[in-house]
Amino acid sequence: MLKIQDLRVSYGGIHALRGIDLEVPDGKIVTLIGANGAGKSTTLRTITGLVKAEGGSIQWNGEELLGKSIDKIVSAGIAMSPEGRRVFADLTVLENLRIGAYLRRDKDGIAKDLKRVYELFPRLEERSWQLAGTLSGGEQQMLAVGRALMSRPKLMMLDEPSLGLAPLVVQDIFSIIREINRQGMTVLLIEQNANMALKIADLAYVLETGRITMSGTGAELLADEKVKEAYLGKHR
Amino acid sequence: MTRDRKKTIFLAAVLLVILAAGVAVDLALPSYHIAVKVIKKATVYALVAVSMNLLNGFTGLFSLGQAGFMLLGAVAYGVLTIPVADRLSVYQYFDGGLIQFSLPELLGGGTVGTTVGMLLALAVGGILSALVAWLIGLPVLRLRSDYLAIATLGFAEILRAFFQWNALGPITNASNLLRGYPDFQHVTSYFLLAGVLIAVIVLLINSTYGRAFKAIRDDEVAAEAMGINLAKHKRMAFIISSFFAGVGGGMLAMYNGTISSASFKSSMTYEILLIVVIGGIGSISGSVIASFLYIFSSEWLLRGLDSGSFLGINAPGLFKNGFRMAVFSVIIMLIVLFFRRGIMGDKELPDLLGRRPKRRRKEAADK
Repeated sequence: MLKIQDLRVSYGGIHALRGIDLEVPDGKIVTLIGANGAGKSTTLRTITGLVKAEGGSIQWNGEELLGKSIDKIVSAGIAMSPEGRRVFADLTVLENLRIGAYLRRDKDGIAKDLKRVYELFPRLEERSWQLAGTLSGGEQQMLAVGRALMSRPKLMMLDEPSLGLAPLVVQDIFSIIREINRQGMTVLLIEQNANMALKIADLAYVLETGRITMSGTGAELLADEKVKEAYLGKHR
Repeated sequence: MTRDRKKTIFLAAVLLVILAAGVAVDLALPSYHIAVKVIKKATVYALVAVSMNLLNGFTGLFSLGQAGFMLLGAVAYGVLTIPVADRLSVYQYFDGGLIQFSLPELLGGGTVGTTVGMLLALAVGGILSALVAWLIGLPVLRLRSDYLAIATLGFAEILRAFFQWNALGPITNASNLLRGYPDFQHVTSYFLLAGVLIAVIVLLINSTYGRAFKAIRDDEVAAEAMGINLAKHKRMAFIISSFFAGVGGGMLAMYNGTISSASFKSSMTYEILLIVVIGGIGSISGSVIASFLYIFSSEWLLRGLDSGSFLGINAPGLFKNGFRMAVFSVIIMLIVLFFRRGIMGDKELPDLLGRRPKRRRKEAADK
C-alpha cells in the first residue's frame, strides 16, 4: 500500500503541492483527477523520485520513499508511464521494452514478462522490430504501458494515458488498464478525462491547486454535482 | 532469424574482403607509397570517429574534447616506446629526459617483445585518457549540449598548452618533437588493431549499457524514470569514448612518426566531427566509410588540385596551393545539404541488405 501524508512540493517558491494526503490500497485502481496545473503530475513525479519534496512522507508498504534514488524506487516495485508517453523514438519496440527491465538481472523472468506484455498487446509483438517513433499514438501509449510493466512493478502509475488519443483508442487503453488490474496490479491513474477515469476507479481524489478537495469511490464522485459541473462538463 | 543470419554472413564477408585488401596492399606496395599512408591514417581516424560517435551519436553528449584525449594517448605512446639509447638526442634540451625505460625494450625486444610493448603503451595511453576523462567528467558532465561542447573544447586546448609547458619538458619534451619510436609496418596490423577495438565498441553499443546510452540520448527524463542512473551512464560513456580516443591518438602518433603537441588542435576534433556527421550520427559503419572517403579525398585524390593537373585538366594558374581545400569545402557543403542525415543515417552496413525501410514505408502508406 502506498500512503502519502502531508506531501509538500514547490518549484522555486511556487507551491505545487500544499500538503496532500492520499492512499493507494493494494489491488485497487485509484485515480487522481483535476484541472491543468493542479499538481497531478507533480504528485507522480515526486513518488518516482524525479522531483524532490519539500516535506511530508511517502510510505510504500511501510518503507519511506522520500530521499531515495529513482533506481531504488523502481526496484521497490513502482513504475511510471510518463505523460506524453515519452517512448524512445529511435529505439525499436523490443529495445524499449528491454529498457523497461533495465534494473532487473533475472533473464528468465524478463523473458516471461516480455511474453506477457506481448499477450496484452499483440500489436507490439507484430511491430517489435519497428522504431518506436514510427508507431501510432495509441501504439506508443501501449508501448509506454508495456515498458513500465517490464520492471515487474507492484504499483503502476499512469500519467494521462488518454492524452491526444482517439476515443476508440482511449477505450482500448482503459480496458487494458482494467485487465492489468484484474491480474493483481495496483494502479494509480492520473486523468483529465475524468469521466473515463472515475468509471474504472475504485477510489478517487480530486486535486485543486495543490490540495485534495474531495475523495470517495469512483461512483460517488461520478454522481457528485460539484464534480459533474467542474470536471464532467454536465451543466444543471 | 534468417535475415539476421544473412546480415552476419554479409558483414563477415565485407570484413574478410577488407582484410584481404589490406594484405594485398601490404604485398603489392612499398610502405612509403601514398596509398599505404592514406589507408593507415584513414584507419586511425575511423577508430577515433567511432569513439566520438559513441559519445555524440549514441549517448547524445556533444563533446569536443577528442583532440585532447588523442594528445594524451599520443604522448603516452611516444614517451613509453622511444628506445633508451635515442632519448639523449630526442630530449636534447632536457638532458635525455626523466623517463629512462621503454616498454618494448623492457619486454626483451624482438618481434614479440616490441609488439607487446607497443600495444601496452597504446593501452596505457588509453587508460590515462580514461582517467583524465573521469576527473574532468565530474564537473563537466553536469553541463548540457553546447555548454558541454565548449567546456570539453576548452579542456583540450588547456591540455595542449599544458603539454608544451617547459617545466614538463623532461617528460613531454615540451614544444619539441617526440620521435624515433616504433611503428607497425603493415596496413594489416592497423586494420586488425582498429578492427578489434571498433568491434569492442559495437559489442558495447549492442549490450544493455548501449541500450541505456541510446535511451538517454532519446529522452533523458523517460530514461531516468526507468531507473537508469543518468550521471553514472554519461560518465561511463565519456570514459569509454576517451579511452578509445587515447588509443587512437597513440596510433596516429605511430602513423605520423613524430609527435608535436601543437598539432593536436581543435581543428583535428572538427575533422573528426565532420567525419561523424558525414557518415551519419549514430552509425558505426557510416563513420568508418566516411573516414576513408574524407582522408582519401583530402590527402590523396584531390591533391592534383594543388599541383596544377587534376583529372587530366591542366590549369596551373587556378590549381595551385590551397585550391584543394576550397573545392573540398564545397564538396562538404554539398554533402551536408543533400545528405542531411549523413551517408548512412543511423543505419549500419548490413541493414542495407534487409530492405526494412522499404517495407516500413509501405506499411505507413497502408495506414
